[in-house]
Amino acid sequence: MTRLDSNKEQGPISSTPVSSEATILNAVPIRHYGRWIATIFLLLVAMVMVKSLITNPRFRWGIVGDYITSEPILDGLRLTLILTVVAQLIGILIGIILAIMRLSSNRVLARAAWIYIWFFRGTPLLVQLIFWYNISALYPEIAIGIPFGPTFWQGNANDLITPFAVAILGLALNEGATPFAVAILGLALNEGAYMAEIVRGGIVGIDQGQSESAKALGMTHMQTLRRIILPQAVKVIIPPTGNQTILMLKTTSLVSVLALADLLYTAQTIYARTFETMPLLTVVSLWYLGITSVLTFGQFFLERHFTEGKQDRITFTQRITGRVSMSKSGSELGQAERAKHND
Amino acid sequence: MIEPALRVEAVRKSYGHVEVLKGIDMQVKPGEVACLVGPSGSGKSTFLRCINHLEKINSGRLYVHGELVGYQEKKGRLYELSDREVCRKRAEIGMVFQSFNLFQHMSVLENIIEAPMKVLKTSKEEAVIYARELLELVGLSGREESYPKQLSGGQQQRVAITRALAMRPKLMLFDEPTSALDPELVGEVLAAMQDLANSGMTMIVVTHEMGFARKVADSVTFMDAGLIVESGPPDQVLDNPQNERTQSFFSKVL
Repeated sequence: MTRLDSNKEQGPISSTPVSSEATILNAVPIRHYGRWIATIFLLLVAMVMVKSLITNPRFRWGIVGDYITSEPILDGLRLTLILTVVAQLIGILIGIILAIMRLSSNRVLARAAWIYIWFFRGTPLLVQLIFWYNISALYPEIAIGIPFGPTFWQGNANDLITPFAVAILGLALNEGATPFAVAILGLALNEGAYMAEIVRGGIVGIDQGQSESAKALGMTHMQTLRRIILPQAVKVIIPPTGNQTILMLKTTSLVSVLALADLLYTAQTIYARTFETMPLLTVVSLWYLGITSVLTFGQFFLERHFTEGKQDRITFTQRITGRVSMSKSGSELGQAERAKHND
Repeated sequence: MIEPALRVEAVRKSYGHVEVLKGIDMQVKPGEVACLVGPSGSGKSTFLRCINHLEKINSGRLYVHGELVGYQEKKGRLYELSDREVCRKRAEIGMVFQSFNLFQHMSVLENIIEAPMKVLKTSKEEAVIYARELLELVGLSGREESYPKQLSGGQQQRVAITRALAMRPKLMLFDEPTSALDPELVGEVLAAMQDLANSGMTMIVVTHEMGFARKVADSVTFMDAGLIVESGPPDQVLDNPQNERTQSFFSKVL
């Protein structure tokens, strides 16, 4: 607010030619006592925290150091990363398909997508995971065929899910494929519901004229979507998708209920034996923080890649400090004001 | 008798309960330039969008080069054409919009070669050669790599015309092509359109540029409230309108 006001005040002055001497004012700047107090307070808090991190022996940094690159923890980390990447990728794919269905002029398709999103957003992921894990209690046998018609394949529900998992990765995991498949299935199906809304928002945001002119040129519905709409929607879709991926990284820790040895579950099994709870949770947190930082960095570069025009580009430090958006909007406001006064 | 480029018989169109077109009859001969004029909301743009099936008509018949638009007639019944077939027919009709609608994520050249490559399956080399030829005709050589945002409105509209021409259309539709332009940029777009008209292209132009209509059009059609009120050669309709509604409209705009 203050920025806006000061710009308005300056407008008429700067538009009339003034000698350079007159513009240099020897005014005393406003004293921000409140900010100073807050700064001193935060510095104190930070100092106390750092001191405790160093001097409190119960953090047992030695043990943290021992475990952070230990074999089981790294195996757990690997599984966490695989779950994150695979579930997120499938989730994005499901999201795109659902978004296109929701925007379809066919009401059945649109309504089906709506129900899917309603269901998966409306139930806790934890419940969904346990549900998929116990699906064989509901459907001990699964058959593939034409409904009310001939059957082509029939078998145990777990038999169906297992090859599904192997097919995705081609990996024979020690943990056994079924909990892994359940984890991927649960995480991806749930993620798809959230991604659908993000993708839909991106598509709806594109000017209608774009698809109209594509149609007028004779492009089919799918061509228009693939070549014209989606490439432009990506710019809008990327930032929230980055958030979703970071969220997914941490959500994968839920799979510990399936006794799947991800990062958290591995740590839990170790401290259940050794009672080194805090050091192991520290190890886990440090890894999650580290990966999140890498993802944040990657997200920044993806976003910058999709920003047109080099003059709008900012550096990573500018982004972290948030300084650039302030000064930029400030100068833009100033220009707009000046233009108005010149008129 | 030569088949007209456009033959329209008793076309009606409504949105819900609002009838926008109340029975339009019209013919445009090949090579003719027809200007559609009239107050806003008279249905001119809607009518134009019906010609390439961007809007579906509710009744009547609409033929482009003797072929029914959007439908097939078999034994007295109409069958809706598939997306693919509608697209194939649309490819023969170029359209230029008021707000240009260039693809924002593509360069000028990519904008122009996209449809020829994807719809007509032209090779990239061939599409690029033709695109450069057309760009030269509208005076935009050297702007191939620019993006729409970097061009003025007039330049964007000339690219849009080029993009439509790259499909080698038999008929061109213009929906108020100069209405979104700064006054000083209107001339360059009208000049490109006049060149096109002189080359023998069949054109249907919705416009408020009466000077253009007088100079270039073979016929001027005045529409009001979803009906064609008066139609004829430009000097007759513009200078000596017979209908009262036409007289009062032109007394205000001319």
